[in-house]
Amino acid sequence: MNIINFTPVTALIGGLLIGLSVILFFILNGRMIGVSGIASNFLIAKDKKIENLLFLVGLILGPLICTFLLGKEINISISSSLPLLTAGGVLVGFGTRLSSGCTSGHGISGISRFSLRSIIATITFMIVGILTVLITNIL
Amino acid sequence: MNKIVSLICGIIFGIGLVISEMINPAKVLGFLNIFDKWDPSLAFVMIGALIVSTPLFHLFKKNDKPLFSSNFLISNNKEIDKRLIIGSILFGTGWGLIGLCPGPAISSLALLNISSVAFVFWMSIGFYIASKFNK
Repeated sequence: MNIINFTPVTALIGGLLIGLSVILFFILNGRMIGVSGIASNFLIAKDKKIENLLFLVGLILGPLICTFLLGKEINISISSSLPLLTAGGVLVGFGTRLSSGCTSGHGISGISRFSLRSIIATITFMIVGILTVLITNIL
Repeated sequence: MNKIVSLICGIIFGIGLVISEMINPAKVLGFLNIFDKWDPSLAFVMIGALIVSTPLFHLFKKNDKPLFSSNFLISNNKEIDKRLIIGSILFGTGWGLIGLCPGPAISSLALLNISSVAFVFWMSIGFYIASKFNK
């Protein structure tokens, strides 16, 4: 194992902001953020439609604010083919709703609450993610 | 007020994803590539988020109600069941294949990247299929 591209300071600062968002949403609106829950409820549930929509709009505005107000250049790279994106998208959408949480819902909100369910979910998807990358590298 | 809070929290979350670079799937795959060339950054993002949210959650959960809403809405599901485990395995597989999870995927729509648009479309289909399963 070699460590590369490690950016601890920006990772920590970004993480603090995400934690701030989660806790403000809890103290003010009374809900714990889970992006998969908010997104799927926006699409499927009838309750709190506008509240969920505005959170998602904010998620998209975040990068735009970084680019146009702070002049930050954002680089992303996705090299996956369309069939792979299809499989990955369905697996992420279906899996997060079957287990009622994703990286934010289980990994941050759930662990903050010391929820055993969320701790087990987070360990599971991390291990499976690591194994998936390991297998992809071999193939 | 609820709606303004939602928008602002979304923006803060999105900026956090940009600053931490978690919006970039290559960065996430670097974290999952623990046996080869490892980028531990994602762990620091989680630590950063948890050191803010954990103590404050336990401090404020004692309040009667949130500031702009009538009551706290928190899952009281404690069951460790097949759905939790199978769902997490399927999610972990998709996450490891592409490097995108729901937050960064939606946030990256801002960049008009065709791959993330396709991913979010198929993820939404996944949400629909799961909602039929949950009935």
